[in-house]
Amino acid sequence: MDNAIVATHPHTHETAVHAEHEHVSLPQHRHHFETEDQQREAATFGMWLFLLTEIMFFGGMFFAYLLYRNWYYDAFVVGSNQLSIPLGTANTAILITSGFFMALAVWAAEVKKRGLLVIFLILTTLFGIAFIGVKADEYHEKWEKHHIPGASFDVAEFVNPHAYGLKEQPLAPDMAQKVQIYFFLYFAMTGMHALHMLIGLGLLGWLTWRAYRGEFSAGYVAPIENFGLYWHFVDIVWLFLFPLLYLINRHPLH
Amino acid sequence: MSATSSTIVNLPDQRTARLPKRNYINNEDGLLSWLFTGDHKRIAILYLISITFFFFVGGAFAGLIRLELLTPQPDLVASDTYNKFFSMHGIIMVFLFLVPSVPATLGNFLMPIMLGARDLAFPKVNLLSWYLYWLGGLVILGAMVMGGVDTGWTFTTPLSTHYLNTHVVTAAMGVFILGFSSIFTGLNFIVTIHRMRAPGMTWFRMPLFVWSHYAASILMVLGTPVLAITLVLVALERLVGIGVFDPTKGGDPLLFQHLFWFYSHPAVYIMILPGMGVISEVISTFSRKRVFGYTAVAFSSVAIALFGFFVWAHHMFIMGVSNYSALVFSLLTMLVAVPSAIKIFNWAFTLQKGSITFETPMMYAFGFLGLFTIGGMTGVFLGALGMDIHLTETYFIVAHFHFVMVGGMLMAFLAGIHFWWPKMTGRMYPESLSKLAAVTTFIGFNLTFLPQFILGYLGMPRRYHAYPPEFQVLNVLSTAGATVLGVGYMLPLLYLGWSLKYGAIAGNNPWQATGLEWQIQSPPLTENFVEIPVIDYEAYDYEWLAHKTANEVTTVG
Amino acid sequence: MHISPVLWEFLVKWLNNSALFPREASTIAPYADALYFFLLTITMVGLVLVGVLVFGFSIRYRQSRSPEATQVEGSTLLEATWTIIPLALFLIVFVWGALLYFRIYNPPTNAMNIYIVGKQWMWKAEHPGGQHEINALHVPIGRPVQLTMISQDVFHSFSIPDFRVKREVIPGRYSTEWFEATTPGTYHIFCTQYCGTNHSAMIGTVTAMTPDDYAKWTQESTSGMSLAQNGERLFASMGCNACHSGSAAARGPNLAGVYGSKLQLTSGSEVLVNDAYLRDAILNPSEHVTAGFAPIMPTYQGQISEDGLVDLVEYIKNLQTNYRVQQTLTTLQSNQAAPTTPGVVKP
Repeated sequence: MDNAIVATHPHTHETAVHAEHEHVSLPQHRHHFETEDQQREAATFGMWLFLLTEIMFFGGMFFAYLLYRNWYYDAFVVGSNQLSIPLGTANTAILITSGFFMALAVWAAEVKKRGLLVIFLILTTLFGIAFIGVKADEYHEKWEKHHIPGASFDVAEFVNPHAYGLKEQPLAPDMAQKVQIYFFLYFAMTGMHALHMLIGLGLLGWLTWRAYRGEFSAGYVAPIENFGLYWHFVDIVWLFLFPLLYLINRHPLH
Repeated sequence: MSATSSTIVNLPDQRTARLPKRNYINNEDGLLSWLFTGDHKRIAILYLISITFFFFVGGAFAGLIRLELLTPQPDLVASDTYNKFFSMHGIIMVFLFLVPSVPATLGNFLMPIMLGARDLAFPKVNLLSWYLYWLGGLVILGAMVMGGVDTGWTFTTPLSTHYLNTHVVTAAMGVFILGFSSIFTGLNFIVTIHRMRAPGMTWFRMPLFVWSHYAASILMVLGTPVLAITLVLVALERLVGIGVFDPTKGGDPLLFQHLFWFYSHPAVYIMILPGMGVISEVISTFSRKRVFGYTAVAFSSVAIALFGFFVWAHHMFIMGVSNYSALVFSLLTMLVAVPSAIKIFNWAFTLQKGSITFETPMMYAFGFLGLFTIGGMTGVFLGALGMDIHLTETYFIVAHFHFVMVGGMLMAFLAGIHFWWPKMTGRMYPESLSKLAAVTTFIGFNLTFLPQFILGYLGMPRRYHAYPPEFQVLNVLSTAGATVLGVGYMLPLLYLGWSLKYGAIAGNNPWQATGLEWQIQSPPLTENFVEIPVIDYEAYDYEWLAHKTANEVTTVG
Repeated sequence: MHISPVLWEFLVKWLNNSALFPREASTIAPYADALYFFLLTITMVGLVLVGVLVFGFSIRYRQSRSPEATQVEGSTLLEATWTIIPLALFLIVFVWGALLYFRIYNPPTNAMNIYIVGKQWMWKAEHPGGQHEINALHVPIGRPVQLTMISQDVFHSFSIPDFRVKREVIPGRYSTEWFEATTPGTYHIFCTQYCGTNHSAMIGTVTAMTPDDYAKWTQESTSGMSLAQNGERLFASMGCNACHSGSAAARGPNLAGVYGSKLQLTSGSEVLVNDAYLRDAILNPSEHVTAGFAPIMPTYQGQISEDGLVDLVEYIKNLQTNYRVQQTLTTLQSNQAAPTTPGVVKP
C-alpha cells in the first residue's frame, strides 16, 4: 500500500488544469493552497472564526450590562433617557445604509465591475464616517454635561433633574451614583464599537485604493467579501447596542 | 535494527550519512529570511527559542521564591519584592510559556505535515502571532524592569485596581497582546484542520496530536477574548475610575472573578491538551502500536474542551457564590475529570501487547502518566465542595497545579521536543545524557512538590512571604527539590544545543514511527512534501509502515 | 464512618505529632478529614492501578520479550468500565463534598455571633459584649460561634486550618462562617487571599477556652461599651433617630423588632431582614424602601466605617423598644446633649 502519487504541482503561475474543474490561476493564489477554492474557503472560514472571537470579546461587556441593569434598573432608565433617540436612530439608519452599500460592493466585485466597486466602497466609507461624526457629537455633549465616568462625573442632574429643566424622576443620591455604571457601559460598549469602526474605516481606505488599481475586479474577491463580513458584524453589534443602551423604558410617542 | 540494546532507534550509517542538501533551514540565508518567513517550521523554531528564553526567566523567579522560603522569616527580600517574584513567575510561566509551548512550537511545526499540507492556512497571520508574542513579552518585561507588578497572575480586584501602585496596566496590556497571539494561533489551526487536510485524510485518520490541538484551539479562540475584555476593564478602572469593580460606586468585584476565570479555567485545558496529544504520539511509537481506543481519546479531547467552559466558578467556591452555583459547578467539575481519566487508561492499555522500548521521550511520557494522575486526582479533591473549603488558597492548590502543569504539561513538552528533535534538526540528541536529565527532573519534581501537598493540608497559605516555623522542614525539602529540578532543566538546554553540531545524523525516521512527518526528510523541505500524499490508511497504521516501499523518494539531494 | 474512633484518633495524633497533619480542633474537622482520607485512598488506589498497568505492561511487553506488537483497536467494554467507575467515584465525592459543604457553611441557630473586620493587614474581632481584639480571637469550646465578616478594602480570607474552616472576607458585603471548638488551645488564623504587601503578616491566633475561662476573659477584657451600646450612640449622633423614632407619624419605619422579620418593599418584593440587609439599607437606602414610606433616606456611604456599621447592625438587631430612641430624640431636641462617656473611641 503505497502513497498514490497525485498530479505534480507546478511551481509557476501558468494556468494549471486539474481533472475535476478548470479555473484560471490568479496571481494572488498562495502556493500552500492546492486550489483557488480552498484558499477562498479558508479565508472566509478564518474571518468567521475571527468574528466569533469578537462576539466573545463584546460578550464580556454584555454580561456586565446584564448584571448591572438587573441590579440598578432605575439608574439605567435615567441614564438611558439622557441619550438622544433621534441621533441614535439616525446613526442606526446610517450604519444600515453603510452596510447596504458594502453588500453592493461585494456584488460589484463578484461581477467584476471596477468602477461600481470603487463607488460603493467610497459610499460605505462616507456613511461610516458620518456615523463616527454623530457619535463624536454625542460624546462631546456627554463631556460637557459631566457624564463621563471618572473623577469628573457629576450626579447633580440626576438627584435634582427639575433644576436642570429635565422631565425626570429624581433619584436618591445612592442610586444616582449608579448612573455612573450605566455610563461606563455606554462608553465602553459604544467606544469599543467605534474603535472597531475606525479600524474598519482604515481597512476600507486601503481596500478602496487597491480596488481602484483593479485588484478585486478580476476574479479575486476574497478580501472584499471577508471585509464585508467584518463590516456587517460591526453593524449587527450596533443593532444590539442601540436598543440596549438607548431604549430602556422608553414609552411610545405620547 | 540493533539486536543488542533494546531500542527501536534506527539511524543511517553515520560514516556516509549527511543532512539533506536542501531543507527548510538552509533554503534561504540571512536573519531577515527568518524574521520575515512564512514557513511554519521556521516560525516554530523562532517560537522555540523565544519560549525557552522566557521559561528560564520565569524559572529564575521560581528559584528566588524557593530561596526565600528556605527560612520562615521574610529575610531575603522585602515583602513587596517577594510579591513581585511570584507575580512575575506566574505571569511569565502561564502566558509566555505554558499557553504557547506545545501549540506554537510543536503544533506549528508538525500540524501541516501531519495533515499533508504545505503550510498552515494563514502563514502571515502565523508570523504576526509570533511578533505579537514578542510585543506582549517585551511589554511584560518592561513592566518588570520598571519596577514589577505584584498583583499575582490573577490580577484580583479591587487589589489590582485600587490598592496597588505598581505597573498593573502595563502588565495587563502585555497579557492582552499575548492573548491575540494565542487567538491567531488557534484560529490558524482550526482553519487548517478543517480545510487543508490531504486527500483521503478524514477526521478519523488524523493523528491524535491534531485532535488535541483542535480542541485546544477551540478554547483559545472562544476563551481568550473574554480575558482581553476583562483586562481592558481592569485598565479602565485603574486609569479612569469607571466603577465597574468598585463596591463604593455600585460595582461588583466578584464580576471580575467571573470574567477572569471564564477564560482562565479553559486556559488550563489550553495548556494541557496539546501535551496530551504529544503523549498519544510518543506512547504509540514506543509501543509500536496504534493508540488504544482512538475514537475515545479523540472525543475525550473535545469533551474536555467543551466541559472546560462550564466549570470556572470552582475557583470561587468560598467567595460568596450562591449554594446553587456551587453545587452546579462542583458537579460539572467532576464530569470534566472523567475524560482525562479515560485518556490515562487508554494510554496505559496502548502498552498492552505492544513492543516497548524506553527511550527518553517514553520516559518523559511515563513520568507524565504518573504525575498527571496525581495532579488530576488532586483536582477532584478541590472540586469537592466541602474539601475545597479547607484546601483552597493553600499550598495544596500550588502543588495541584504544578503537578498538572509541570509534572504533566512540561514533561509532555520535553517528551515532544526530544521525540521530534531529530525531525526538526536532522540530528539525534545524546540518549544517556537525556535519560539522566529525565530521571533528574522526575526526582527533583517530586521532591519539590509532594511536600507542598502536606503543607497545604496543614494550612500554609499560598503567596506567603513568611510562614510559621513549624512549616520549615517541608519548605526546605521543597527548595532542595527545586534545585535538583533546575539542574534537570538545564541539562537539555546544554545537550540539545550540543547536538545541533555534534549529534548523530538522524535520517528520515529514526524512531520507525508512523505519521506523515516521519515519511519525509529530516529536516523537512520548506514545502514539506515533494508531492502531496493521498491517504488511504488509518493513523498509527504499523502494518502499512511495515510494507512501505524502501525506494520511495523522500529526500531531496 | 466505620473506622474505630480509637484507631482514628491514633492515626490523627500520630500524623499530627510528625508535623504532617493539622490538629482536629473543631466539631467539623473529623468530617473534613474523613472525606480527605477517602480522597487520598481513591487517589492511591488509582495511582497504584495506573502504576501496575503501566509498569506491568512495560515489563511484560518490553521489546526483548515481545518483539512484535499486536495491533489492537480498542474495547468498548473497557472504555465503559473506565468511564463508569471513575464517574461513579467522582459522583460519590461530589455528594459527600456537597454534604460537607452545607455542614460547614450552615450555622446552627443558637450560634453566638462575633464580627470580624479585615483590613490591610490586620484582623479586628468585635464581640457583642464590646470586647475588641486585634489579630486574635477568644472563643469558648463547646459552643457554636458564627463569624460575620467584612473587609474594609480588598478581598481577604479568614482561615483557621485546625478548625477546617475558611471563607472569603469581601468588601461590600458580609460573609459568614461558623465553627464549634472542641479542644482548648491556640490555633493559627491566616489570611489566605493575597491582599498586598503584608499578606503573610495578616495572621493571628484563635484561643479556645473552657466556658469558665471564657467567661472570665470576657469580663476582664471589656473595653467599656458593648457593640450595641456604641451603635445606640451612633444612631443618635448620626441623626437616625429623627426619622426612625418609632412614633406613628415617623418618616422612617420602626426598627424595633425588625431584625429577623420579613419586610415588604415598595418594589413589591419581600425581604428577610438580616445583617446584610441592614448594612445595605444604610448604604443604599433607595433600593430598600419599605412599603408605605417615601424614598427620602440619605445614603451613609463614605460616612460610616465598617466598624460603625457593625455597631449599628448589632444595635438594631437587639432593638426591642423605641423607648430609649425617643429619649435621645427628646434630649437632642432639648439642646441638652447626653454626656458622652470619657475615653471611648469614636468610630
